[in-house]
Amino acid sequence: MNGRVRRTRAHWAAWLLFGLPILALAIWAIVDNDRLFFTTFLNSLTLASLYFLVASGFTLVFGLMRNVNLAHGSLYLVGAYVGWVVGDYTDSWLLAVAAGFITAALIGLLMQVVVFRHMQGQDLRQTLVTIGLSIMLADVMLWIFGGEIYTFEPPKWIYGSTVLPIVAKFPTYRISVFVMALAIGLALWWFLARTRVGMMIRAGVDDRGMLAASGVNVQLVFAVTFAIGAGLAGFAGVVGGSALSISPGEDTRYLLASLVVVIVGGMGSVGGAAIGALLIGAAEQFGLAYAPTYSVVFTFVIMVLALAFRPRGLMGKAA
Amino acid sequence: MSAAYWRRAMNIAPSKVATRTLVAPSPVAQTAPDAYAHSDAPRWLKSLWTRLSARHVLVALFVLLYPFIATPFFTYQVGAQALGLGLIALSLTFLGGYGGMVSLAQATVAGLAGYLVAIFGSSSMATISLGWPWWLAVPFAVAIATVFATLVGWLSVRTEGIYTIMITLAIGVAFFYLTQQNYTLFNGFQGFNQVFAPTVLELNFREPVPFYFLALACALAGYFFVKMLVRAPFGVALQGIRDNPRRMHALGYHVNAHRVAAYAVAGLMAAVGGVLMVWYNSRISPGTANVGAMIGILIIAVLGGMKHPIGAFIGAITYVLLQNFAIDAIPGFRERFNLVIGGVFLAIVLFSPDGLLGIWSKLRLHLMKGQSPTSNQRRLQ
Repeated sequence: MNGRVRRTRAHWAAWLLFGLPILALAIWAIVDNDRLFFTTFLNSLTLASLYFLVASGFTLVFGLMRNVNLAHGSLYLVGAYVGWVVGDYTDSWLLAVAAGFITAALIGLLMQVVVFRHMQGQDLRQTLVTIGLSIMLADVMLWIFGGEIYTFEPPKWIYGSTVLPIVAKFPTYRISVFVMALAIGLALWWFLARTRVGMMIRAGVDDRGMLAASGVNVQLVFAVTFAIGAGLAGFAGVVGGSALSISPGEDTRYLLASLVVVIVGGMGSVGGAAIGALLIGAAEQFGLAYAPTYSVVFTFVIMVLALAFRPRGLMGKAA
Repeated sequence: MSAAYWRRAMNIAPSKVATRTLVAPSPVAQTAPDAYAHSDAPRWLKSLWTRLSARHVLVALFVLLYPFIATPFFTYQVGAQALGLGLIALSLTFLGGYGGMVSLAQATVAGLAGYLVAIFGSSSMATISLGWPWWLAVPFAVAIATVFATLVGWLSVRTEGIYTIMITLAIGVAFFYLTQQNYTLFNGFQGFNQVFAPTVLELNFREPVPFYFLALACALAGYFFVKMLVRAPFGVALQGIRDNPRRMHALGYHVNAHRVAAYAVAGLMAAVGGVLMVWYNSRISPGTANVGAMIGILIIAVLGGMKHPIGAFIGAITYVLLQNFAIDAIPGFRERFNLVIGGVFLAIVLFSPDGLLGIWSKLRLHLMKGQSPTSNQRRLQ
């Protein structure tokens, strides 16, 4: 009992230590320029939504298979490019989104079935393979699509801008990205918490060996998880490509984002990915708005703090 | 390259040492004690003499005579570059092969050292560069980069295994974006130009041959330092921690302190390599520390093989040769170096996890099939 009280006290102290200065800064920023503050806040929500979409697949794959898929950023870019080609050909943004999801999911499935299935339990070797794949994928995409910047045209009904209080105009598309991420997050939660396959995945995250021993075809569960994780990256590619743009190098950006989000949030936890994405998105956008040349430092500081006080991430459990 | 793999690697390392000193089948070794018992040469000279074999002499002669038989291009672009990159890769081999911690941030440490040389020393950016003489700028750059590496180590030892690669990658990419965004200290996208190697005692290190020997001296120092360190109590404890941290902890070793110290040692080597590389390129920009560079160092270390420090240099030579020549051999592939090197890396990881050294030892085993393999070779199978 005594220990518990002490722990809650330490908890509160930590919240006060980091919360108070941030609160003070936020109040100062609102008083100083409320429009800038709230625009930045909305932008950070958009970015956090994108990061969540990419990182949730990454964390799901890691949690279940202990596979650090460093080609996850490449899957994002593959999805974006394929979506762009399909969108250009059919003039349908929804088809582009579907194509991005399906292509990335198929590549993920292929990676799991052809390569990773044969090196179960060899963490480092799997990671090295994903590094090799990411180099080759990046170069092939550079070969095919060149160094140009591509942009999507989202459909009319989410294009344009919405009038909001304080910030006045804000692009509708960015709001819809947030709504999409929310929907995907809820769907993912429903899938993991309420369906049979989701139950198997959660059981696998906790204890792979026990799941296999109770007669479940673990390889099938792995393949499904990998396909969903990779597909989410491809989906995020089209959605993110529409919000911002597609160009070589974006794969690294989203890989870094997923890494930091997952390290901060806790590996294998979708809720942790959401919290991590919100933190990192806010750090990046507020950093860009208030201290442009050091914005990446804020992201880094959050990662360092998380590692220093919660080495397994905010929502992480013991591996 | 799983835990089992490292454990297997661990079993080989000490036994190799043991057989060499106990059995010592070479004729030189058998005659040496008798022939030199009466002489009062220092002990290290005698032990050196007993360990020396023909291939050591051949390699030493080759690396010493190489700049005099090769063209300046081969001396500088191939020889010196491979030695510089090899030294950075050696730091990763030490960390990964003997410490079991695969850090992707070694190129970042090297990049930071290079940037610091440009910032403390002189470059075309006179507003940022402090213009210190080289003998002040270089020690400061190396020292700060080593401290940075130690901090990276302190952060990443808080978690274990595969998490290391993620954390070091995240740190490295964050550093890359910082150098690209920041103009007050790192001069952003441009970086620094005209960061030249100094002229010391009439010896201009910008010339290919002196620079080659400078790189060779650093590389040899690093190589023998690692070879000595892995036999010292610290190195042996580190290998023990790699194989079973809990048992070492139970034996009373401070596991994390050893790991952080390993990061510091590796950081020192990477920093020296980074200084060499900035002098080699005579400029530095964010590209020196991007993901491509970080993975390049990993490719070099894995390509050569992480079981022995020489692997880093074999990997570096292969990498540099591929970069310069293999691309021209395949028409239309001039721009596709990443595809080729990625494919080679993938092939090595998939089919020979021990790198080129692994292929070599398999080949040697195959050739000596007629003779019965020694216990040491049998273990390698």
